[in-house]
Amino acid sequence: MTGTRETAGGGWVVHARALVAALVFALVSGCATTSGGDPRDPFEGFNRAMYTFNDGLDTVVVKPVSTVYKTITPDPVRTWVRNFFANIEDVFIGVNNMLQGKFVDGWTDWVRFAFNTTLGVAGINDVASEMGLEKHNEDFGQTFGRWGIGSGPYLVLPLFGPSSARDFGGLWLDWTADPLWYYTRPIALRNSLAFLRGVSRRTDLLDASRILEEAALDKYVFQRDAYLQRRRALIYDGNPPRDGSSRLREEPSADAPTATPGVARMQAADQVLEAPAATPPAVLAADQGER
Amino acid sequence: MFARLLAVAGAVAAFVAAPGLRAQEMVAPDALVRNVTLEVADILRKDKDIQSDRKKLVALVDAKIVPHFNFTSMTASAVGANWAKATPEQKAKLADEFRTLMVRTYASSIATFRDQKFDFRPLRASPTDTDVTVNVRVIQPGAQPVKIDYDMEKTPRGWKVWDVRVADISLTANYRTEFSNIVRDSGIDGLIKALHAKNSGVPDKPAASAAAPEAPASEMKKKR
Repeated sequence: MTGTRETAGGGWVVHARALVAALVFALVSGCATTSGGDPRDPFEGFNRAMYTFNDGLDTVVVKPVSTVYKTITPDPVRTWVRNFFANIEDVFIGVNNMLQGKFVDGWTDWVRFAFNTTLGVAGINDVASEMGLEKHNEDFGQTFGRWGIGSGPYLVLPLFGPSSARDFGGLWLDWTADPLWYYTRPIALRNSLAFLRGVSRRTDLLDASRILEEAALDKYVFQRDAYLQRRRALIYDGNPPRDGSSRLREEPSADAPTATPGVARMQAADQVLEAPAATPPAVLAADQGER
Repeated sequence: MFARLLAVAGAVAAFVAAPGLRAQEMVAPDALVRNVTLEVADILRKDKDIQSDRKKLVALVDAKIVPHFNFTSMTASAVGANWAKATPEQKAKLADEFRTLMVRTYASSIATFRDQKFDFRPLRASPTDTDVTVNVRVIQPGAQPVKIDYDMEKTPRGWKVWDVRVADISLTANYRTEFSNIVRDSGIDGLIKALHAKNSGVPDKPAASAAAPEAPASEMKKKR
């Protein structure tokens, strides 16, 4: 995969190798530090270290830069920037929808790209959404999930943050397919655009990160569980499969191995919730398997 | 706005006055979510200072949003299997601390409100259902709509929210691992203590929240 890209993106290959090295290190050190933790997160020791690294970097560099960006640019400009990058993404969102057999959605994504690139002036105006063509959220990680590949161990990647073994593979392909990264020259322009894209994305998350601060007792665990819930929902486009019996086993058995069906039933009774028609969401985190 | 307020007040008064009301006369769950959301959004729009005044935000959440939540159900869902092991007093304390945490989190999230529009999806439920999900989409200029789903249960005092899912992330489910880890290590009382410490503003990382640009320095004080 990377070999063919030597000429186009040599820098990235080096970068990727560093990432692989980091991951191998993660696997090794993770194995060493596993101690009765969450089965979804066997490399918690490494992940926490990465989380701390990312969090520190974020506090010292990324968040201040994003805050400055938010302060000095007017709202419409930030919207243009966001739309410009979102428009480029639509091409491969379409590819992923096609790969998942969602041909209408995939076609919609490409039509969106066509309209936004032309009528929307290089994508800075999202005219397609105004026309009722809804934007989708797809990537290769989701496509793999749709194909039945489980998420594998949770991973916190340097810079990229929460991921999983499967989503890391997906991310690799996302980058390989990223038009901005591979076809934009000169390199200085590409790097500037990539930087702007990163800042734009982080800026959109400023509010969310404040809420996270407020809500979480352990931000690492909160963020991990949110990531796993979110990815699972995304794979099923917001409608993950549920079964009627899941209500009674809503406790994650992984975390409470001693939970007996009796306890679970008592708890279900406690909540006075018995309607199977409106299926409760509380089971989301409990279901580890993507299928 | 005032008319809406009156309508809600009237509905609430009706509940209080006639506890034996038949189910159909309750405010429907989707109507309730719509009324409360629009009312709060309206207040935020009109009072520009409120979003930087944490005390006012908390008061707003307390007055307008809290009455429509069932914090006992919510806490039970967040605590998971260990809920059954808690004594009634522990349950009351847990629910109380969790409620405080939710109020604070809600106050933070409505502090970020920037005149977004709402798309209230039609409720898909039959009249006999006692557990429904109300779907709302928050429309933001230049970004994907954010899904907010309210899981609501029917109680004698009206429909109450017992879980909120933002972008398909269930709030209560998201606490479950965290809470069960704490209970495993230090018991139910340990969890009560941890929640209390969080709510009393003993931050694990004071620098992080102080660095947040829009968090006023006074925020720490408000945490008491």
